[in-house]
Amino acid sequence: MSAPEPVLYHVLHETRYVYGSPVSLSQQQLHLSPRILAWQQIDSQQIDILPAPSWRRDGIDAFGNPVTWVAFHAPHEALFIRSVMTVAVTPHVPADLADSPAWESVRDCLAYDASAPDEAALDACRFLFESPYVRIKHELAAYAADCFPPARPVLLGVQALMAKIFREFKFDPAATTVSTPVLEVLEKKRGVCQDFAHLMIACLRSLGLAARYVSGYLLTRPPPGKPRLIGADASHAWVSVYVPGQGWVDFDPTNNLLPDTEHITIAFGRDFGDISPLRGIILGGGGHEPEVAVTVTPLAEAAPPEIDS
Amino acid sequence: MARTLLAIYPRTAGRYDELLRPDGDVRPHWRQFFGHLDDVSPDEMHARLAVVDRRIQENGVTYNVYAEPGGSDRPWALDPLPLIIPPDEWAEIAAAVAQRASLFNAMLGDLYGEQRLLAEGLLPPALVYGQHGYLWPCHGMRPPGDVWLHHYAVDLARSPDGQWWAIADRTQAPSGAGYALENRLIVSHVFPEMFRDLRVEHLAGFFGDQQAGLAALAPVEGDEQPHIVLLTPGPYNETYFEHAYLARYLGYPLVEGQDLTVRGDTLYLKTLRGLKRVHVVLRRQDDDFCDPLELRGDSALGIPGLLNVARAGRVAIANALGSGLLGSGALMGFLPAISERLLGEPLAMPSVATWWCGEKPALEYVREHFDELVIKPAYPTQRMDPVFGNELTGEARAEMLRRMEARPHAYVAQEMVNLSQAPTWSRAHERRLLARPVGLRAYAVWTPDGYSVMPGGLARVATGANTRIISMQRGGASKDAWVLTDGPVSDFTLLKPSVGVRDLVRAGANLSSRVVENLFWLGRYSERFDDSARMLRVALSRLVEAGGSKTPAVDTALMLAEKLGVLPEPDEDEPVKAGSEHVLLEAIYDPNQPGSLAGNIRSLMWSAMHVRERLSLDHWHSLNRLQREQMAAQKKHPSMTEAMAFLDRVLGVSSSLTGFAMDNMTRDDGWRFLIIGRRLERLSFLSQTLASFLRMGAAERAGCLEWLLELADSIITYRSRYSRTPELLPVLDLLVFDDSNPHGVLFQGMALARYLDRLCRDLALPREDRLALALDELRSFDLTRFEQGGGLRRRQGSPIDGLAARLEQLDEAAGHLSDWLAMRFFTHVGDVSRQTMAL
Repeated sequence: MSAPEPVLYHVLHETRYVYGSPVSLSQQQLHLSPRILAWQQIDSQQIDILPAPSWRRDGIDAFGNPVTWVAFHAPHEALFIRSVMTVAVTPHVPADLADSPAWESVRDCLAYDASAPDEAALDACRFLFESPYVRIKHELAAYAADCFPPARPVLLGVQALMAKIFREFKFDPAATTVSTPVLEVLEKKRGVCQDFAHLMIACLRSLGLAARYVSGYLLTRPPPGKPRLIGADASHAWVSVYVPGQGWVDFDPTNNLLPDTEHITIAFGRDFGDISPLRGIILGGGGHEPEVAVTVTPLAEAAPPEIDS
Repeated sequence: MARTLLAIYPRTAGRYDELLRPDGDVRPHWRQFFGHLDDVSPDEMHARLAVVDRRIQENGVTYNVYAEPGGSDRPWALDPLPLIIPPDEWAEIAAAVAQRASLFNAMLGDLYGEQRLLAEGLLPPALVYGQHGYLWPCHGMRPPGDVWLHHYAVDLARSPDGQWWAIADRTQAPSGAGYALENRLIVSHVFPEMFRDLRVEHLAGFFGDQQAGLAALAPVEGDEQPHIVLLTPGPYNETYFEHAYLARYLGYPLVEGQDLTVRGDTLYLKTLRGLKRVHVVLRRQDDDFCDPLELRGDSALGIPGLLNVARAGRVAIANALGSGLLGSGALMGFLPAISERLLGEPLAMPSVATWWCGEKPALEYVREHFDELVIKPAYPTQRMDPVFGNELTGEARAEMLRRMEARPHAYVAQEMVNLSQAPTWSRAHERRLLARPVGLRAYAVWTPDGYSVMPGGLARVATGANTRIISMQRGGASKDAWVLTDGPVSDFTLLKPSVGVRDLVRAGANLSSRVVENLFWLGRYSERFDDSARMLRVALSRLVEAGGSKTPAVDTALMLAEKLGVLPEPDEDEPVKAGSEHVLLEAIYDPNQPGSLAGNIRSLMWSAMHVRERLSLDHWHSLNRLQREQMAAQKKHPSMTEAMAFLDRVLGVSSSLTGFAMDNMTRDDGWRFLIIGRRLERLSFLSQTLASFLRMGAAERAGCLEWLLELADSIITYRSRYSRTPELLPVLDLLVFDDSNPHGVLFQGMALARYLDRLCRDLALPREDRLALALDELRSFDLTRFEQGGGLRRRQGSPIDGLAARLEQLDEAAGHLSDWLAMRFFTHVGDVSRQTMAL
């Protein structure tokens, strides 16, 4: 059997801050470089920043994601960050979701029993508990309960939960902000991909399952005949669930599908806070929302768009 | 001889008694002290208690209590009797505390590094990954010297069988060591002979060890001297007194987050003379507030980029960021095995029996033995008071159990410890000992030779004989702890002999911009409250003299006070009220009225509080007296006579404050800003006063020149020179042009210009000459114009108008100068960093 063909993408992610009044000091943490995965290779990758930072450091964060820190010590009125990359993604969706252990056994294998844990399970425990954007509440366990009847294979349960969220929630960028709590999202039944990912993660952790937050991109223009996916115009977010023996399996509650070759992974963490693409602290500046533009183009299909210099 | 104190000292079954053996005899290590106590007469003891109270009050030892309405400062509560611990017993405690500190240090290194403890199943992941206190961005860091835990505290308690137990560990930013030091200074003065004869171990060596440990870890380059700062969340923190106290004692600048800034991977203090590198941060701020870039993004107290400095190994943070994790009581049950694994030795001191409900069998046990247990939060970041199982009944109990079952890993249950009891001195009786439950907080600091344990600590006693929780928040009291030694007592000292009188000291070049700003305002408010007190005294005394009727002198004084903003603008709907007794009293006592004396005193105290570690004890005592006077006066309805007496007392304090500023302060940059603040305020007050006085035509009204001299504090000089009824020309000469009169405009203006020149020269700044120009203008005024008849007539181009205009010009120049100083030197508090995010 031959290895599946990878799909090649060109990604352009541009962020522009126009501050209104000068910013005298600024420090930014960037999670913009894609990570290498079993199903994802990076052919080229580059971040351009204007003005040129006074200081820069590249590193790997505690979850293994590439991270860049930059600082600006001179007054500036705008900040422009452009991340360009070429990425190859290989198909990796599990063949049969029913072929996974019962969800209770997954939960039990993550619980502490005073013996030395399995290495992969211990790693999964990082994504088992509360984190700043993900509360663990009995309301959330209750919401997910009907998706997880006794002995159901865990991946079928997760799929059912994803479908339930997709069915019951409305995509509405005006309804929430990055700081809207998960319980409020549950009540309003509205939000954006970050909210749906947080909600789904919170439900899974409330049941004792390990779930992590994944940030990345979607194909901007769908192949002929397929609908455009939601969340393609900025960075996207979805969920990954740990299954003993199989590793992590991705689910996209915003689009109700299992991410495969149309999702490009940047980073994963406990929640948005660990891997927000751009997080900064500025001194000065007026009030202004950043402009963000993401373009993902299959390399086989056409030449990448012109980049203005 | 009086009846022995033992006669009515309560014996309690089921508790260990620190003073008495089970057979009722005084324990050997207490005998000498107890004998002394038994001999002290009630009068003598009364006097000693008064010493304790006075020193606490004068030194301003306070504990900020959030729990109380208004969150006011409360005087620190101290029982004068020490808790005495014999040498052999202490040796065991100290060894156990040092071991525990080493253990926690090793645990932090493991949990932020390899995580063998998790891989080997020695700790449940929930107690690490499940804690908000586990700071993921710190994972993989290596602090200088691999030291995570520089200072550590543990709350100890003694069970009925005499065994000491660890009750709670403090690994974030342990507080109380400074209070222990202050307690020691006070109690050793209350029982000086006993302190000497019993050979009590001194505390100074411990703080010396702390200094040495921090300096040893400073990542200095070349011949840099370690620059160590103490980071405080600010004056609203419950233990701010201690931060200021320790900063002064250890000789470290006290800084707030906004005083520090990161450039690249270096941390700096913003000083008057530019950025100065910081090598070590002794932090009293919780770690998750320390860097809004990577930790809590909503923290305005933090230093953006601090983690990157730590990552580069270019700053030692004590304790390292992330250390708060180990304050969790849920860890206690796992410590014995971890000690064997990481240290290769058994844990010396047992922890109080603790069940972490995250383990199923433990939760079962807790359910079955609920009445015997105390339920506590598993994580230090949880807000929850301990709950005693046997006090919970009915629905409350069911609710608690439901909560525990929903999130078992968030709760621990601990055995109830029957604390030992120690004697305390009853304040309610003439001569009586009470027995109170006691606990001891012990402290350890890292040194290159291992952990050093403070010989002593902060002993705390509960409010009642049966109170089960000891907490300063709940009104408990503290005690000094005396550890006796068989050997010689070390006389090592950190206290400089001149500590009582020096001020504003040490590395003057390291003054942060914030400190300079506060000193400037301290100067301005010291002068402003003096000015308003004088103005009010003039108005009040004239009103009293005139028997309440409105003479020209009274009316003019009230008008001037209104112009200067000391009295409120008259209410047009109620003209009768203007200048009434009621209005005057409010202007004196109501702190919420703009421009009132009380309001100015409050602002003065506020600025002083922010530079507390820079003021000498004497200086601070005077400020405290001022505030006490004011608080005492607020309680009753004062009469006019009482108000006059109050103003006299306030002015007395004011002159002592001036004395400290002029005589006892080192002439460094900070002092210069304080004096510039004072001069500027006085110059502005005098120019405004005189200009308004002239423009009001007050010079023509009977009695007004007299009070003007009084207001400018120059009446004595005037009388000694002219000994006659004041006339306008000599009064103006004295108050405006005489450059030998310290209360004169020109004297103040010239002095201010001199300080300013010096400052500009020292800091290599272009000269600010608007003030000098205004002074030249004033000096060139021809005073003889007042001789040429009709000088008093006010009209366009009259001498009166001309002089008033020049004084107003000077006042304007002073205002401009204040703005210039603020722009050029001060931290802009309003300019807070904020978070941005993009998807």
